[in-house]
Amino acid sequence: MKVLSEERTRILFEKLTKYIGVNVKLLIDRPDGTYCFREKKDRVYYISERLLQLAQTVKPDHLISAGTCFGKFTKTNKFRLHITALNYIAPYASYKIWVKPSAEQQFLYGHHVIKSGLGRITENTPKHQGVVIYTMSDIPIGFGVAARNTMECRHADPLATIAFHQADIGEYIRSEETLT
Amino acid sequence: MGRKAKFDETKKVKKGPGRKARKQQDPIFKKELLENDETKKLSHRQKQRAARRAKKKAELTEKRKALKQAKKNVAKQNEVVLKEASDDESGDENIQGFTDDNKEWLKPKQKIKNNVKEMSDQDSDSGHDEGSGSDNDEDLPKTGSSPEKYKVGTLDDLFQDSDMENGDVTSEDEGADSSLKMSYNSDSDEEEGKSDEDDDDGDDDMLPIEKANIKLKKKQKLEKKLADDEMQLNISKQDVFAFPTEEELQNPTSLQDVHQRIKDVVTVLSDFNRLKQEGRSRCEYTDLLLKDLCMYYSYNEFLMEVLMQIFPVQELVEFLEASEVARPVTIRTNSLKTRRRDLAQALINRGVNLDPVGKWSKVGLVVYSSTVPIGATPEYLAGHYILQGASSFLPVMALAPQENERILDMCAAPGGKASHIAAIMKNTGALFANDANKERTKAIVGNFHRLGVVNAVICNYDGRQFPDVIKGFDRVLLDAPCTGTGVIAKDPSVKTTKDQKDIQRCFNLQRQLLLAAIDCCNAKSSTGGYIVYSTCSILPEENEWVINYALKRRNVKLVPTGLDFGTEGFMKYRHHRFHPSLKLTRRFYPHTHNMDGFFVAKLKKFSNVIPEPVKDDDDEEAETTEVSGDQPNGNVESDVDSQQSEKKSVGVKRPATSTETEPQKKKNKAPTQKSTPTSSTVPTAVSSNNQIKKKKRKNKKNKPNANDGNKVPQTEQVQIGSINEKSDIKSPNINIQDKNNKQKNINDTGNKNSTETTLKSHTPLNDKLSNNSTALVVNKNVSLNPNQKNKNKKNKNKSSNGSSKSVAVVNKNELKITEKVEVNASRKLKKKLKKKNKQIGQISGKQGISRPEGKQNGINKKNKKIKSK
Repeated sequence: MKVLSEERTRILFEKLTKYIGVNVKLLIDRPDGTYCFREKKDRVYYISERLLQLAQTVKPDHLISAGTCFGKFTKTNKFRLHITALNYIAPYASYKIWVKPSAEQQFLYGHHVIKSGLGRITENTPKHQGVVIYTMSDIPIGFGVAARNTMECRHADPLATIAFHQADIGEYIRSEETLT
Repeated sequence: MGRKAKFDETKKVKKGPGRKARKQQDPIFKKELLENDETKKLSHRQKQRAARRAKKKAELTEKRKALKQAKKNVAKQNEVVLKEASDDESGDENIQGFTDDNKEWLKPKQKIKNNVKEMSDQDSDSGHDEGSGSDNDEDLPKTGSSPEKYKVGTLDDLFQDSDMENGDVTSEDEGADSSLKMSYNSDSDEEEGKSDEDDDDGDDDMLPIEKANIKLKKKQKLEKKLADDEMQLNISKQDVFAFPTEEELQNPTSLQDVHQRIKDVVTVLSDFNRLKQEGRSRCEYTDLLLKDLCMYYSYNEFLMEVLMQIFPVQELVEFLEASEVARPVTIRTNSLKTRRRDLAQALINRGVNLDPVGKWSKVGLVVYSSTVPIGATPEYLAGHYILQGASSFLPVMALAPQENERILDMCAAPGGKASHIAAIMKNTGALFANDANKERTKAIVGNFHRLGVVNAVICNYDGRQFPDVIKGFDRVLLDAPCTGTGVIAKDPSVKTTKDQKDIQRCFNLQRQLLLAAIDCCNAKSSTGGYIVYSTCSILPEENEWVINYALKRRNVKLVPTGLDFGTEGFMKYRHHRFHPSLKLTRRFYPHTHNMDGFFVAKLKKFSNVIPEPVKDDDDEEAETTEVSGDQPNGNVESDVDSQQSEKKSVGVKRPATSTETEPQKKKNKAPTQKSTPTSSTVPTAVSSNNQIKKKKRKNKKNKPNANDGNKVPQTEQVQIGSINEKSDIKSPNINIQDKNNKQKNINDTGNKNSTETTLKSHTPLNDKLSNNSTALVVNKNVSLNPNQKNKNKKNKNKSSNGSSKSVAVVNKNELKITEKVEVNASRKLKKKLKKKNKQIGQISGKQGISRPEGKQNGINKKNKKIKSK
């Protein structure tokens, strides 16, 4: 568990901002104690200071995980957000896409969201904006990047991709091994 | 739109009558026809019985006719003889026949008939209360024989032909009936139905139809009785279970036969005295059952034996049956993300058929059927629920975590229970989820993230090392790895793969884990200090025994689990006698609670002090005796003896396992501390353990001196300590010579301790030994009357250590005894000796069994030798 370097912190926050915009600061300034980002084996954990202190009693070799894993830095020093971050991203997300029940399953298997499966979309979603995908019953099921802005979506043909798949909760089953 | 006409052949043909179509009513049959149908419904048995009955009736009527004739002929001839012979019976007659109102019409001539009749009356009377069938049988031969005696050969033949019991009754009764027809005497018959005295007048007034009614009733009763008899005969014949021969056993025909045999043996065992085959012992039956069960349910013999020891046979079969069937799938609502009602609604919309798991849980749901894979719905992936056996809720409910606590789950994978804890804590506080298997910790990570648990630290330690990592948890959950005998339905490989070694390995690990878990817990926590131990095994070795072990070694006590169902834990199992508080633990069985076999125990830690570890069972045994030996003003060594003997006599309840010492120790802790002010810093359960540090030893050595030798038990500790110092530790089974040396040491050290204050000089070995033999006696001679000498000798034989101890104390006493002390001592001695005398018998019997130490025996022998000198 080490403190993120200056650069990595910047990369991380840039990434997070893509999804939750200015709400990023809400992750840092919390009413229920201070939270911080820590890095372990290129993976970034979001953890409260109090728990961090306890976790530091555990030797690094034996520590598997603490708090919530947000994602990992790739070898090329890019940050990749994991589905495990959804717990924190979903509540703060500024742009959302809802998919129809028929398209839920498709998305959960790792496919992009196509126009025919699009239920609703936040107004004014710009192109290439990070979005959180919801079911029609408001359960967050993943996140991705908008392939088109809202206006374009209206006129897209049924098979056109609306949002690119990045992570979905199906990964809990599909790739449990690589979650952290 | 309009109506769509369907002209193709797929057009549906209307089913059933139209709205306006006339419907034919159900046919109405005549009553007679219906009744006939009913009568036809006789079962095969009934038909057989009816046929037999008819046959019997025919026989009887013939017999009756013959009898009537014979009576007519013979009665007149033998009248005189009969009068003489039936004196005793006429006595009855006098009472019954002549005191009645019917005196008037009772004529001497009819005496025989009356006699016969009344016998039959009695019979039919006893027939009325059907419970007393045996009386009936006893009476019958008499009645049968009494006429037999006096009647002609032809009659005899008749009676012999008929099977004595039923035939007689009926023939007599029929005879009575016939006499009813013939004469007015029928009154006496009718009286049976009613009371004897009152209705006599009324009988005369009875309408013929009433008489007929009574007659009919009687006939029905008779028939019923016959049927009953027959039935009982059938039952008794059917129920005899023939023990299979060797050949049958070696060539099992089919599983169904085996199953049938299992059933039969179980019924036999349930009422063994009645149903057993002559010459077969219970053992044979149980062995047969064992083999059959092993074959039928494909267990290995070891596990089946163990299970047979846990359950009575009837329950065992139920358990085995239940273990074949998978338990219903249950899911636990993740209260961090949703509520049960919402979840249930969402799942029902997906085509899942479910119900709440029971009143005891607010988060559990039972899934009966589902059209979608229940482990892959979007709700599941979103972490709204987790698949978890109902029994897995229990340990967490018992743990009852509070918010803002620090909690440890020692064997957490795959994180079901741990996430339950986090959910109850509402993501506050800190949760440590540990598992020894690194691969399995990934499952914890996955589940925690899916379920949204953010207050958790997941680590990968061997649980036994965890106290070195971090301590001070408010609550600890230990769901220990086990043999899995409670979840055979889940993993049938348990049936065949487990043997004694596996169990042993398991419970050793469990003990260590439990001790570690207790060590991790903080007794001073304001809200907690609880440890919950659970396994999915039903073997007492892995459950009660482990708890009992921990009770002894740590400052913990059992508290109620807070689960209002489940069966109580065992307090005794085979030769083990556990601490009585073990009934606070809970067991769950697949056949009674419809959840996996499970065990839950909740412990409360009341002190963070770790008592000195006890080395092994033998030491423990010694320790009990010691600890029990200290009384505030412990007297002379005989105190210890008597205490030992008392302990041993107590041992009737709790024989020689490592496990029984706990309660005494606990109770006795306080007195030890009080009586030895110097030892107040020493952990309470100090005892004959080989790992005591030298400092402590010194402390203890000083104790006797400080107390002027009143602390007898402490001397024993010292002795053992000294043995250690001289690195004389040996296995319990040392020969006598070794013993001699040892005892010398013991005596020496003992004396040293005493001489620190008393300045008593050393005596050579021989003196010592003689001292050993006589010390007690001598000492007591000083203070006691000679009567007690003998008793003391007896005691010596029992008490090996006592004799050596005695030396030390005696020395002190010799110097320090004032008259007062003497008197006190003598009084107490007398009391003790009285007790002892009573218990000697038991003790001598016990020693061999309950005390495996060769030490004692060796020393005993020595003492005997010396005495003989």
